[in-house]
Amino acid sequence: MKILSIIIILLFNNTISFSNENKKNEILKNLRCLVCQGQTISDSNSDFALTIKDVVDEKVNEGLSKKEIYSFLSDKYGDWILFNTPLKKNSYFLWFMPYILFILGGVFLYLVIKKRAQK
Amino acid sequence: MKKKYLVIIYSIAIFIFFVLYLSLGKNKIYSTQDNIGKKIPEVQLNYFDKDGHFDTKEISNSKFTLLNFWASWCGPCRKEHKYLMELSVSSNLIIIGINFKDEKKNAMKFLSEMGNPFSVLTTDFDGKKSINFGIYGIPETILINEDLKIIKKYVGPIDDKDVRQIKKIINK
Amino acid sequence: MLSSFGITVSTISLLLSLSLLYLSYYDLKLSNNKISKKIYKFAFSQILFIFLSFVTLIIAYIISDFSLINVYENSHTTKPLFYKISGTWGNHEGSLLLWINILVLFSFLFLILNKDKNKNFKLYTIIFQNLLISAFLIFLLTNSNPFSSLYPIPTEGTGLNPILQDPALAIHPPLLYIGFVGSSIYFSIALAALITKVESKSLALTIKPWVSVSWTFQTLGILVGSIWAYYELGWGGFWFWDPVENSSLMPWFLMTALLHSVLVLERRIGLYSWVIILSILTFTMSVVGTFLVRSGILNSVHTFANDPSRGLFILSFLALMVFSSIFIFFKYAPVENKNYKIFSKESFILINNWFMVFFLAVVLIGTLYPVFLDTLTGQKISVGPPYYNFILAPFLLPLLFLMTSGPRHKWISSNVIGIFNIALFTSIILFFVIFLSINEGGLLLLLILLFSVYLITQTTFDFYETFKNKNINLSRIISHFGFGLLILSISLNQIFSVEKSFNAKLGDEKNFQNYTIKFKNLETFSKNNFKSVKGHFEIIDKKNITSQNLTPEIRVYNQPETITYEASINTKLFSDTYLTMSNISNTDIFNIKFHMKPFMNFIWFSVLLISFGGILQFLRFEKRV
Repeated sequence: MKILSIIIILLFNNTISFSNENKKNEILKNLRCLVCQGQTISDSNSDFALTIKDVVDEKVNEGLSKKEIYSFLSDKYGDWILFNTPLKKNSYFLWFMPYILFILGGVFLYLVIKKRAQK
Repeated sequence: MKKKYLVIIYSIAIFIFFVLYLSLGKNKIYSTQDNIGKKIPEVQLNYFDKDGHFDTKEISNSKFTLLNFWASWCGPCRKEHKYLMELSVSSNLIIIGINFKDEKKNAMKFLSEMGNPFSVLTTDFDGKKSINFGIYGIPETILINEDLKIIKKYVGPIDDKDVRQIKKIINK
Repeated sequence: MLSSFGITVSTISLLLSLSLLYLSYYDLKLSNNKISKKIYKFAFSQILFIFLSFVTLIIAYIISDFSLINVYENSHTTKPLFYKISGTWGNHEGSLLLWINILVLFSFLFLILNKDKNKNFKLYTIIFQNLLISAFLIFLLTNSNPFSSLYPIPTEGTGLNPILQDPALAIHPPLLYIGFVGSSIYFSIALAALITKVESKSLALTIKPWVSVSWTFQTLGILVGSIWAYYELGWGGFWFWDPVENSSLMPWFLMTALLHSVLVLERRIGLYSWVIILSILTFTMSVVGTFLVRSGILNSVHTFANDPSRGLFILSFLALMVFSSIFIFFKYAPVENKNYKIFSKESFILINNWFMVFFLAVVLIGTLYPVFLDTLTGQKISVGPPYYNFILAPFLLPLLFLMTSGPRHKWISSNVIGIFNIALFTSIILFFVIFLSINEGGLLLLLILLFSVYLITQTTFDFYETFKNKNINLSRIISHFGFGLLILSISLNQIFSVEKSFNAKLGDEKNFQNYTIKFKNLETFSKNNFKSVKGHFEIIDKKNITSQNLTPEIRVYNQPETITYEASINTKLFSDTYLTMSNISNTDIFNIKFHMKPFMNFIWFSVLLISFGGILQFLRFEKRV
């Protein structure tokens, strides 16, 4: 019971302690710097990255949600700019395949172990 | 049974190798072609040569419009400038220049030396406005039709071929 | 001069490999029990000549012989000697030569170290290994020749990218190559074992030392690469889930799986085919990684210069290798003896393999899916850290739990008690101690903390028990302890990291949380190959009333012209302070990035511990034989 209450507090605590600063940092870490080689906007010092940082800063201060900012940028630059791949038709395979493989592997393993343990 | 597995595995492998083979020849330069077909965003751009601002809502819907993002510090912009000059005489096309992160003095010098192809000259001093157009490096050029929809997007300097393509579209 | 010498020597190496192929094939048919002396002689000359070609290239770098295109493009006379030498393998052609050297080295060591093995088994291994060697030598000589000459001879080279001039990166490729190129030998052994129907115990004993060696080096290679990224890239992170990093991780998962399943094979007859499949897959994944890194089909921080013809060669080679191994496997795969019982410990090892293969699949899908989608549909998407964290992190919980309880099970009996024991109790208490000092972090992260603490305490108990009865596997304890510590440190690092990015001018002062950062001074100076702008900052921690001075730099190198951002890092036992700066164009404002990174030393140390376990396992094996 004690553990349960702690868990609830934790979950709750987590959502309210999210400051603008954290929100901004999180967004910048999830954006690809288009003019760099696989770098995030947060890591990059390029001119493009600095501009995007300013824009995100502005949007966060205007009170836009994370989702709104992501969709604003992906609208302009395509999903290529998002490192946190959105769940869409074209990424179902990416997001679900690992779980399917894990389950299939587990079933296979279970059958092998069960079959051999009986003998 | 054994044969069936072999065939399945071989087919998967062949598919994977085939895709990897195709990917080798792909052009790796990224461009925001997704924006084609979308309506241009509503943005207010400050005039560069006078006070006040230009609203993209004012873009003429009786003619084609070319948005050109440029700066005096950008080498390729120099290279494409003569093509912009060439296009600026077309009666069916308005060219709007958006000067990108530049100093006014240098930009004006650039235009007085090379000529001014822009009917409307605006500025994006900190580069934030350009984000609305999906710009990530200059020069970039966007062609807009009478319905204010983006129909072409050129990343990097435009050349002879692009000019011909633009002329063909606007003189249709 | 060196150019033609180098080409001659490598051509002779190729001829020697081809002769070895012929000789071994011929020797197969002879009825004597021993491998012919000739093969030893040829193998010896082969390693001599391939070393000679590598040494030739190193000498060309040391004396800056710009008649070699490769030296011209990657070196410079003013470069320090150390980086001239390490520049040899800092580029595609040179590193390919290193690749081949390791293939030959492992082939040679295998030949001389396995004196009493079945003759045909050995010969087939040599044949497969030399097929690999020949293919890569042909690739080297026809497509990526480090000895290609240049005329007229330039007087100066274009220089090595300054971010590659770093001690960690000098040793990173050799370590990593010994790791994943080393896996070639058990690829060859596995195919040879199939054809010659070697029995399972013998197969296990043959590949085990090679697996532990390559696994250890792969682990160390990944560690050093990660340290390099942390210190040199100046991004404040140590792992970016970048496609190239993933390429080094993929074979590692398989090596880990193999390291465990070999234990079963050694004691009992199960898993024969599975070990063969893993051995083949490990080297296949290594070549896949090489293909991804060098063909330029990926958008990554670390790519070599792109050249589609290279990619085409490696891809064709890979296809040939995969198709023929599948064919050999299906033709010779033994009918598995299904009449044995799987006991609890074996189940645990199989479960380990299940997880490792799953991790591999996630990383492989994440890395390749964007390439496939782009090629097939033209849609471009990015897969980054959020994807891997989201999918993989929950699976750490059962993995940590199994790593704790699995090894405690006996080989034969299958009792389930002993999971809830004193170690679990201790770790729950420890967990609450940690928990009380933490007030943020998600639930998942906290559970991972709990389980890693459990693993650490349990392995510590196990360690204590080794002194009572000397029969427990020390290498396992150390590696598992290291892994627990790694996950614990990473989680704590995640939770306690402080990060702040802001713009400042000289003289500015920034206050946030408990910190004050003062921008005190700015100096510019030039050294022989770069100009530098150095900022002097004072960081005051108001809570602990400490102050420290950090000096990040912006360097503009002239050969080749590159700007690098040098992080200034103050490393203390429990926490690193990390500062970088970059200038904002056309202004006197700088963008400052501040990181407080706790437990970094623990992360490095725990990976060292993990690989130390690999060394111990190798030594333990040597003692027994």
